[in-house]
Amino acid sequence: MTSTPMIEQTAGKGAARYARRRANRKSMGVGSNRRGGWVTYTLLTIILLISFYPIYYTFLLASSDAQTIAQNPIPSLIPDGKFLDNVSRVLNSDIKFWQALSNSVIVAVITSVSVVLFATLAGFSFAKLQFRGRRALLVFVIATMAVPTQLGVVPLFILMSELGWTGKLVAVIVPGMVTAFGVFWMTQYFEETLPFELIEAARVDGCSMIRTFWHVALPAAKPAAAMLALFTFVASWTNFFWPFIVLGSTNPTLPVSLQLLQASYFKDYSLIMAGVILATVPLILLFIFAGKQLVSGIMAGAVKG
Amino acid sequence: MSMNSAPPIPQKAEDEAARQLARRTRRNAWDRKYSPYLYISPFFIIFALVGLFPLVYTAFVSVHDWNLIGGKGDFVGLENYGQILSQPLFWKGLRNTFSIFLLSSVPQVIIGLFLAAMLDANLRSKTFWRMGVLLPYVVMPVAVGMIFSKIFADQSGMANAILANFGIDPIRWHADVLASHIAIATMVDYRWTGYTTLIILAGMQAIPNDLYEAAVVDGAGRWRTFRSITIPALKPTIIFVVITSTIGGLQVFDEPRMFDQLGQGGSDRQWMTVTMYLYELGWGAQKSFGRASAVAWILFLIILVIGAINFKVTQRISGTESKGGKS
Repeated sequence: MTSTPMIEQTAGKGAARYARRRANRKSMGVGSNRRGGWVTYTLLTIILLISFYPIYYTFLLASSDAQTIAQNPIPSLIPDGKFLDNVSRVLNSDIKFWQALSNSVIVAVITSVSVVLFATLAGFSFAKLQFRGRRALLVFVIATMAVPTQLGVVPLFILMSELGWTGKLVAVIVPGMVTAFGVFWMTQYFEETLPFELIEAARVDGCSMIRTFWHVALPAAKPAAAMLALFTFVASWTNFFWPFIVLGSTNPTLPVSLQLLQASYFKDYSLIMAGVILATVPLILLFIFAGKQLVSGIMAGAVKG
Repeated sequence: MSMNSAPPIPQKAEDEAARQLARRTRRNAWDRKYSPYLYISPFFIIFALVGLFPLVYTAFVSVHDWNLIGGKGDFVGLENYGQILSQPLFWKGLRNTFSIFLLSSVPQVIIGLFLAAMLDANLRSKTFWRMGVLLPYVVMPVAVGMIFSKIFADQSGMANAILANFGIDPIRWHADVLASHIAIATMVDYRWTGYTTLIILAGMQAIPNDLYEAAVVDGAGRWRTFRSITIPALKPTIIFVVITSTIGGLQVFDEPRMFDQLGQGGSDRQWMTVTMYLYELGWGAQKSFGRASAVAWILFLIILVIGAINFKVTQRISGTESKGGKS
């Protein structure tokens, strides 16, 4: 760090004051001028409202009725009291809400557990074990992160038909069971946090590889594994294209049944928006409790990526 | 292992112990040699089956007459490709896809940069603001599509009602080509801008302080510092963001699909994307898996090419910026 007296000599008093102010702070962003603070807070508050308003707007419509919505394009900020009525109409409609909800939960939970397990195993191996072809295989994993696998839908559909899996949850679960991102993520984490000494110590104590993994690596991986599970859960919950194709309306997940709701009741906005709220609330709750982890997960992944 | 303290051992037992040790050493060597492969194999096996194989096999399906119900037919060579490329609908889809992609990703990166610069300041309750920008990320694209198709309704939408307050004539958000693209790009950005912002923010925080200090010494203002220090230092981050948004953006499906209740991309297909076209060919009236695969393969090649161009261009832009900073 440059000392402020030196700056004072070379660049004048103003620069020195500026440098001192900067040195007092942890982060050194460009927008971080203290005097301009209130501008930043105002702008950020506006951004926050933009983030939140569409969700609240949906709730307002879901608490209203078709006629009121048609007459007031900009809904009153105070909700009407018809939310529960509209919710019960969604539950009684033919979009199979409960089935869709439980399908979404099943798929999201199984894929999250599976992605975390396989990614942790592979990450442990890539980061901490020696074997021939390690580097090349890891490069392959990283390269596959950029492959738009969604474009393989046609053969994937053919494969699922051959297996008799169309319309069954397994057709959505199996393709989601591993992700290249997960393997990359866990590899990075192990490389940075798990010392080789710990593994060697376990080996010297007579632990087999798998015991070393189970008792040393897996506990050490907990924070990263939890984040990976979160991201996988969100991705699975919001996934539409493939479930829409392979499950169809007979055995839908939530996004698929929402699509059905819009297609069959397209004029009845209060009903549609009640459905949207029902499908969104679980993740909003998750966000309230784990949003902090999502934020740090994205930021950690970005630095490494 | 606890052999040292044992009393003199009879010959036979010693043999047995040696054999055991040898067995354990062998097992140990085997464990060391093959376990790594065993642990990475679930990923590679599953990915090969449900990721790589389908993508490669798409090329095979695309050169056949292949029907959703009838299954595999004759080998037709490049006929499906010729068919697709001669369809005005395909070109329309390609135009829409690119238009929506540009209208969403360019503002997304720019807004992301400025938002990240704001969040990078020394703020009170940092996590709260960061969570605030990320909130839309947990709303599923299908839901975003449904919410915004109402906001952007041509007749009774909120967007037009607000514009009317400013004396602006209603915009035909669904009927107009460009307007519909802007509406869909807004949906995409609603969900992804916060995510992009956080990635850029992480990149900003990794910029070493002494770079900024040097700029201060040189008397650079805030804007100048941002342009000459922050942007060039963010080069890898921006390349990363641009490439991921290209891969996702060119496959956009959920938001335009939900922009009206029919899901066909509008009466004149004014907002039908390539992926929607792919879906329609395969699972719509034609049920032609051959043609759907041809579209998938064409889009795959386009994504590869655009990805490479992106990489080059982003590198060049940030490169000149950093040179400009030195002068």
